[in-house]
Amino acid sequence: MATTPRITICDATLRDGSHAYSHQITLEQVHAYAAAAEAAGYDFLEVGHGNGLGASSLQVGESLVPESEMLRAAKQDLRNTRLSVHVIPGFATIKREIVNAVEAGVDLFRIGCHCTEADITQRHISYVRSVGREVWGVLMMSHMASADVLLEEAKKMQSYGAQGIVLMDSAGACFPKDVTAKIGLLSEGLDVPVGFHAHHNLGLSIANSLAALESGARIIDGTAKGFGAGAGNAPLELLAAVMQQQGYNTALNFYKALDAADLAAKLFAGSLPDSNGITIVSGLAGVFSGFSKPVQRASKQMGVDPRDVFFELGKRKIVGGQEDLIIEVAADLAQRNPLKPPAPSPTL
Amino acid sequence: MVSKKLPVAILGTGNIGTDLLLKVLRSPVLECRLFAGRNLSSSGMTKASMLNVPVSAKGVESILDLKKEIGLVFDATSAEDHIKHAPLFNRAGIVAVDLTPAKVGQMCVPAVNLDQCLDLPNVNMITCGGQASIPLAYAIAQANQAIQYIETVSSIASRSAGPATRINLDEYLDTTETGLQFFSDCPHTKAILNLNPAQPCVHMQTTVMAKILNPDLDATRKKVAEMVALIRTYVPGYQLLLEPIVENGRLVTMVKVDGLGDYLPKYAGNLDIINCAAIAFAEALARRRVS
Repeated sequence: MATTPRITICDATLRDGSHAYSHQITLEQVHAYAAAAEAAGYDFLEVGHGNGLGASSLQVGESLVPESEMLRAAKQDLRNTRLSVHVIPGFATIKREIVNAVEAGVDLFRIGCHCTEADITQRHISYVRSVGREVWGVLMMSHMASADVLLEEAKKMQSYGAQGIVLMDSAGACFPKDVTAKIGLLSEGLDVPVGFHAHHNLGLSIANSLAALESGARIIDGTAKGFGAGAGNAPLELLAAVMQQQGYNTALNFYKALDAADLAAKLFAGSLPDSNGITIVSGLAGVFSGFSKPVQRASKQMGVDPRDVFFELGKRKIVGGQEDLIIEVAADLAQRNPLKPPAPSPTL
Repeated sequence: MVSKKLPVAILGTGNIGTDLLLKVLRSPVLECRLFAGRNLSSSGMTKASMLNVPVSAKGVESILDLKKEIGLVFDATSAEDHIKHAPLFNRAGIVAVDLTPAKVGQMCVPAVNLDQCLDLPNVNMITCGGQASIPLAYAIAQANQAIQYIETVSSIASRSAGPATRINLDEYLDTTETGLQFFSDCPHTKAILNLNPAQPCVHMQTTVMAKILNPDLDATRKKVAEMVALIRTYVPGYQLLLEPIVENGRLVTMVKVDGLGDYLPKYAGNLDIINCAAIAFAEALARRRVS
């Protein structure tokens, strides 16, 4: 009888949640939550700015606590759970950030890029391998490329030395059938484990995560109470329940996973993501979930409807990292429609 | 009156080198004596041959062989290679215009420090994002005191970023940040680069953001407008997209750069702006040598 494959669970609460908290997570919150994640038996805990190493900026938002302090704080509380970081070349450099994160004791580097640009990760992936740490490749905004293109890009990352590949549905725009097709093709075509990172903009985070697991994913991402960008991620406590019921082989402690969620609800009270008109439109338009707060802010200042801004950003195929264009799009809409009453709902 | 043109060579036959060639051929004061690389069958070499430009596959050697006939060389190879080439050009008495992020010579932004660079043996054109953002940072620094921090973000079309750009993102960020520090006199700087694969291709856009204690918006707008007008004299497609505003406690201004469409299409403003800057330097040198 074949044994069920072990599923690796990545807890991104203290990284994706940074978007939902305007990057103001404190060291006390890091300590408290890291202990809970360890108790829950999650394999990895990802920590840092929402856009990863070196992303504290005027562009995306400045972190309250420097990343090296956050990483060291989390590392203190972790024993079996390993520490991971998100890295986007173009924000982070090897010399400035990756070297420091290695020193801080980071176990896993997840090197990400827009899903069609894998070749910009070559040096960063190779470097992490060369210093003997674990490294995965992450293809972000994966709804914007076909399964064939994603496989081709994932193979490049694998050839650079990536030991796992994660597809991120950064905009929360994927449907289960897309996830099945994409994860299925990657699981068949790659030699390394494949993972999925969901967002909840269209209410499909658990359905999509389950579709990924059923099509061969061996890595699954989630956050406590869905604490993440936009409408949030797949809530870990729900993933834990669903995976337990379906008999998936994990290291998790179910009650402790529920406790970690309750703790997150207290720690981040008032900032837990919820589904609203803006996050729904963001998912429909296929725009990066992390844009939710800056779009609302710029729309208010320019006097335009944030939903119009999201649809316009989607039309322009803006990718993660291009937050500066939000202001330009909002200013442009304000100029094109001066003194216009609130726009009617767009036809879809 | 027939003026004597400055004889130049181009080393490197990729996107940057080939686009430079087309700009040199159009210049009233520059003349291309040699287009040198490693591979005679590259698309840049083929283009040069079709245009009856002398070509060589012997790289840097072929330029040094012609040292008596060449006054200036554009080095469009790689940072690693330029570090090796720089002393050779210097010894041969050829002015080097470095289009890699090697940072061997003085960093040059024509709208800001052209005159101070004309007597130097080696000038560095920083990066595409640097040529777009640094003059704005300089203008902002002229209009304000107590600038705490300056940051720039550029978005370019994926198709305009060749293999060298993609493998050298870390050097791009590092060199752009060093340039921002040098020209704005602000010690804390950050550069971010995004590649966007959208079709039709996006045009280059560059944003500069700054943290300033009490920003003088009127003075900033005036200085930025003057700077944009100055840059447009040598980069015709440089345009202000968002005049300086204060949003969420940060000063923000944004430009768009349309390319001239010489070798790559017009969306590749990134390629165009660094090459226009290099040509502006070479032409200024040519005019001075003649006069």
